Amino acid sequence: MSEPRTHFSLFSLPETYQLDGEELRERYRALQHSLHPDRHSSADATHKRMALQYAAMVNDAYRVLRSPVERARYLLKLRGIEVELNVGNQLDPCFLMRQMELREALAEVHESDAPQQAIEALRRDIGEELREMEAVMASQFADGSAEKLRKAARLVQEMQFMTKLADEAEQIEARFQEA
Amino acid sequence: MALLQISEPGQSPLPHARRTGLGIDLGTTHSLVAVVVDGAPRTLADESGDALLPSAVRYLAGGGVEVGRDVLRAAAADPLNALTSVKRLMGRGADDLAAQRALPAYEFSAGEGGMVLLHTAGGAKSPVEISAEILRTLARRAEQANGKKADGVVITVPAYFDDAQRQATRDAARIAGLPLLRLLNEPTAAALAYGLDSGAEGLIAVYDLGGGTFDISILQLKRGVFEVLATGGDSALGGDDFDHAIVEWLRAQAGDATPPDAATRRTLLDAARSAKQALSTAERVGIDVAAGGRRWRAELDRATFNGLIEPLVARTLRSCRRALRDAGVAVTAVDSVVLVGGSTRVPLVQSAVADLFGREPLTSIDPDRVVALGAAIQADILVGNQQDSDTLLLDVIPLALGLETMGGLMEKIIPRNTTLPVTRAQDFTTYKDGQTAMSIHVLQGERELVSECRSLGHFELRGIPPMVAGAARIRVTFQVDADGLLSVSAREQTRGVQAEIQVKPSYGLDENQIADMLRASMEHAEDDVEARALREQQVEADQLLEALGAALARDGERLLDDAERAALEAEMDTLRGLRDGDDRQALAEAFARLGQASEVFAQRRMDDSIRRALAGRRVGEVES
Repeated sequence: MSEPRTHFSLFSLPETYQLDGEELRERYRALQHSLHPDRHSSADATHKRMALQYAAMVNDAYRVLRSPVERARYLLKLRGIEVELNVGNQLDPCFLMRQMELREALAEVHESDAPQQAIEALRRDIGEELREMEAVMASQFADGSAEKLRKAARLVQEMQFMTKLADEAEQIEARFQEA
Repeated sequence: MALLQISEPGQSPLPHARRTGLGIDLGTTHSLVAVVVDGAPRTLADESGDALLPSAVRYLAGGGVEVGRDVLRAAAADPLNALTSVKRLMGRGADDLAAQRALPAYEFSAGEGGMVLLHTAGGAKSPVEISAEILRTLARRAEQANGKKADGVVITVPAYFDDAQRQATRDAARIAGLPLLRLLNEPTAAALAYGLDSGAEGLIAVYDLGGGTFDISILQLKRGVFEVLATGGDSALGGDDFDHAIVEWLRAQAGDATPPDAATRRTLLDAARSAKQALSTAERVGIDVAAGGRRWRAELDRATFNGLIEPLVARTLRSCRRALRDAGVAVTAVDSVVLVGGSTRVPLVQSAVADLFGREPLTSIDPDRVVALGAAIQADILVGNQQDSDTLLLDVIPLALGLETMGGLMEKIIPRNTTLPVTRAQDFTTYKDGQTAMSIHVLQGERELVSECRSLGHFELRGIPPMVAGAARIRVTFQVDADGLLSVSAREQTRGVQAEIQVKPSYGLDENQIADMLRASMEHAEDDVEARALREQQVEADQLLEALGAALARDGERLLDDAERAALEAEMDTLRGLRDGDDRQALAEAFARLGQASEVFAQRRMDDSIRRALAGRRVGEVES
């Protein structure tokens, strides 16, 4: 109707990177509480179809806002910067070295005397680094200068690689648990 | 058929407007129907006091149909016409049936729409029609108990059911003539029954082991909202497999090497089921049964039985661990564990679940009934009887949806455990000059190879404006509604042309087949198809007029300007004018026009809902 709706404005939230996960969830529940098709089960077909579209829109916005990587990517997009995912050629050499180290460690877990402990420790390390990256991301968005946003764009790619690694580590841990 | 009442949550219904909502648990081994009476859900029993209707249908040579206990009694003598466990075949093909070890050896062939057909004395029957017979029997039982037809029905399905299985269940309801409000996942229904029972909040794990399917769901319950965080399971693993394991053991004990015929197999499976049930309380049980021209005698103790089913139980535990990982929660964070399904009476199952979660599961509600009870609560809410209810169920898609790409690979569009409803768009282009059509193969599953996923159907897009190769941009939108049902639409972006989509379901019924089955089911009634269609259209028109009238009275002044309001009212008058005529075509067109004309109004009302939902929460409140 008026200005175009963003994921942030849908949730009545300011366009900042840092947000309180529990509050986000509360708002999500409140929105679905009034928008979900089940809350309009006795309405006419057009209204029900609209409820379906709005509920899907809220689900999509929630998915983006609660993911540290997707939220950063979306904020950059709102500021006119498109971040391509799955491209590693412009990554910082230091980061690539660290990735290789972690990947080697992941591959060597099998040979460890206590593989379960080894993978758990590795997962903790990766989780720690991801949290640090989130903190850096928050400060770059808080600053908001063109230079910091460029850095944020690169950091999104790095976070994506790190998230992938975390998923792989989790899967390996799952295999140990099931063996 | 009855008019739906229009009132938004928070407004009290008229005293006379109490409606009947049925909850139906359409199970593999048995089915139930429940209804809310005086605020509490209860299952409805048949004349002999049984709430559990065996999910068994027998087709007789003369055209008659039997449903329930009588069928089981006739099963050993007439195994090819007494059909059980057809839930395992919903949305499945002939090749799937051949792979179903725990099923009786039916005679079957591939049906026209790909779904299997079972050959009976009453003709070839699809699992959808067979399930419709079970639904009809339950609806009749409820009609007798309530003294009226149902205003709306909620039918439960395993959370792990894919789109084809859900479509098949929905089609069964249509053929049975039931007004389906919602397909509800069984574990979510169980959580609802327990959640309202105990008023508990927190993390709930629902372990649901039925006759033919296993489901695990992890839910977060907070202030009436049941948010499914993850679901998993196995749509071909259940208590039937325990029976099968006992039969194999029995045959090994007897040194029997030749595969038994259908009747023998059925008798042995019945004996196995009795033994299994006895072992829930007894330490050992004697098996002594005559079948296939010989006598089968053995003694089965619980330790041996546990050994037989241990690999099956271990499979369920693996699914539980995976669901916990998907939900991103530790096993220690789970506040309560709910057991659902008759197979959870098996002591090994109970102890394995208790060990995994480190707590005793809740069993205060009968595991055979809890799903139907939860479904009845949801049905009661959806028909509008609980205006001030806070309850909302947010379910997820159990398996990824994707497309076939080059090299027989599946590209995921919507990952598993995405909250429903969900809409995702994907852009395609043409690869030949002047190309006006293309085909999209839609799949569901977690594997990378197309051959290892379920094929849902081929979507043929036509009417793409001819352009040079690569110039067209066709946006295909996949929408999965709250029932987990997929719909696909397509639009060419550069010219804004709506492409026409034709769906060829891989294992389903198309509209013509359903229409044929509806006609066949009405042959006995003195009902005329055209007259019925007109009546349905009139009822729909009444509903729309009533709904819009109420909405206009409430929000019209605030959300529409005079011209918008007048235009909408003019369309309403046109529809009202055609309401009592017999021109169905004109009525349908006016109905569609009014639907379209009311779109902006509906949108503004939804925008208004957003504002009200977050009223009192200021922008910036979240900043830390």
